[in-house]
Amino acid sequence: MPALLEAENLRKVYQVPGGKRGTTDLVAVDRLSFQVQAGASLAIVGESGSGKTTTARLIAGLESPTSGVIRVDAQARKPLPWSRGERARHARQVQMVYQDPFTSLDRSQTIQACLDEVLRYHFSQDREGRSRRISELLSQCGLDDRHRHRRPRSLSGGERQRAAIARALAAGPQVLILDEAVSALDVSIQAQILNLLASLRSALGLTYVFISHDLGVVRQVSDECIVMHRGTAVESGATETILTAPKADYTRQLLDAIPRPGWAPKRRATHPAGL
Amino acid sequence: MNTPAPGRPHGTAPGPQLLDLGGLRVELKTGGRWRTVIQGVSLSLGAAQAVGIVGESGSGKSVTARSIARLLPRGARVGGDVRFDGEPVWAMNAARLRRFRARDLGIIYQDPRAHVNEMHTIGDFLTEGIRDHPPRERRERAIAALQATGIPDADRRLKQYPHQLSGGLLQRVMIAAAILPGPRLLLADEPTTALDVTTQSEVMAILAEQRHARQLAMIFITHDLDLAAAVTDTIAVMYAGTIVETGPSATMHERALHPYTAGLLAARPQPTRVASLYTIPGRPIAAYESGPGCVFASRCAHAQQRCLETRPKPRQLGDHVVSCHRAEELQHILHQALERA
Repeated sequence: MPALLEAENLRKVYQVPGGKRGTTDLVAVDRLSFQVQAGASLAIVGESGSGKTTTARLIAGLESPTSGVIRVDAQARKPLPWSRGERARHARQVQMVYQDPFTSLDRSQTIQACLDEVLRYHFSQDREGRSRRISELLSQCGLDDRHRHRRPRSLSGGERQRAAIARALAAGPQVLILDEAVSALDVSIQAQILNLLASLRSALGLTYVFISHDLGVVRQVSDECIVMHRGTAVESGATETILTAPKADYTRQLLDAIPRPGWAPKRRATHPAGL
Repeated sequence: MNTPAPGRPHGTAPGPQLLDLGGLRVELKTGGRWRTVIQGVSLSLGAAQAVGIVGESGSGKSVTARSIARLLPRGARVGGDVRFDGEPVWAMNAARLRRFRARDLGIIYQDPRAHVNEMHTIGDFLTEGIRDHPPRERRERAIAALQATGIPDADRRLKQYPHQLSGGLLQRVMIAAAILPGPRLLLADEPTTALDVTTQSEVMAILAEQRHARQLAMIFITHDLDLAAAVTDTIAVMYAGTIVETGPSATMHERALHPYTAGLLAARPQPTRVASLYTIPGRPIAAYESGPGCVFASRCAHAQQRCLETRPKPRQLGDHVVSCHRAEELQHILHQALERA
């Protein structure tokens, strides 16, 4: 069976200020390949500067890779810019949920208006059909009709993230990219959203690409993971194997740095550049 | 005060501690209304001891820290007592307060970039608190502080500006600045929350070294119970503007007595195993939203009628102090749940 989502030899280079001619190349992602089967969950793990968010933006179609190919449903993606029709078609395949729903949701829009806008754009349903669909989306995400007329500001952090997930699901995507989607939440709320994401995946047959720096979270939500460091994959495979028997030094460092009972903070022997 | 003072180690004679909070209450004006954010926090800290104040958003952990430094918004209503070495902080005059903040306290914030002036060099920033000393001494002490926090090439760093430093490096500069005037108490408010885990480990290790070398006491504010347990002697868990439980950091994981503490521990995903996570229903509430009963009652799986009606007082139970009517009867259930988690 071909993979639902496939990345082949991705490379992304940004021009940043510096160097002798005023700009210099920053390689954000290099030689990155992976496949995600339909219904699977892949985690991309790394610290700041690892290239994990750039990878998310490439898959989401917010940026084009400098070289390499992304295939969705065995079809190679065209480089940007896309026509309105292409953009809409991609949006029905892949949706993204961001870390901070406060900035990703329109603060002046009620939750109902926000969901209705997505439904109107993508589907030719009448008002009643859309309203039924909004109720369904809200209930799938653990909200209810009382939340319809609320604006993001009057929701709690957890409710806001539920609304952001509902909006992503409104386009009917096969793939959800979750970019640090639970990182900013309180622990007690984070557990609620992680459980919600697990039940949505099995109920709707969704495919996840989960971008995170938190290995505890990654263990809960992914079957496979890629550990990235400075733009390249240092290790990839089954999440359980990687987190219990890491092969790469860097993965081991990451695991060792997680506070747990009996843990003591340690100074690194060598300093990476910049720190 | 008749309630046991949490954080005081067993067997030490009562007397003024380095820091004593007694029945601290804080009300802040938001949206034209006075809102209670801290409702009766008592806490003691001896010299060179470290207390971790752990809580979620709205728990009042940061306001508690700011009350110690008297850094609350103008007009805040403050009740109860904050004593540093026996001296009431909220009664200090302007000159004494300035000296207290500059010499006795070192403060480290979550976001170092918000607390440095981008136009000043690292050297100027570091020596701000010792401006009255001769230039050569200022420079020597700044270099020594940078070296103490493991920053190589201190000479060059002094001339650099904040934007030229990475987040991890800048946070180490903040530690250097905090310890440089030789304070006795560090207030660290989520000092590593914005950092990567490997950098967090390093920054915490440096902080621990400096604390031991200088016999520095520390109030460590965090949302991360695991991290707090690793770097402090005592943990105080805050919820809705109160401390619901205090106990020794080393054994908090096995011996939590408050349902909220146990819930926090069980809700945290671990990299070593997969489980449907235990969830605390609802969301964290603020002090002004709490009713007459236990602040956690509305989310507690074990709440009974009396929990909704009467606020439990802090009680000593073993080496913990816990505010829960049912602590004794629940002990067994919570421990079983923690073992499974």
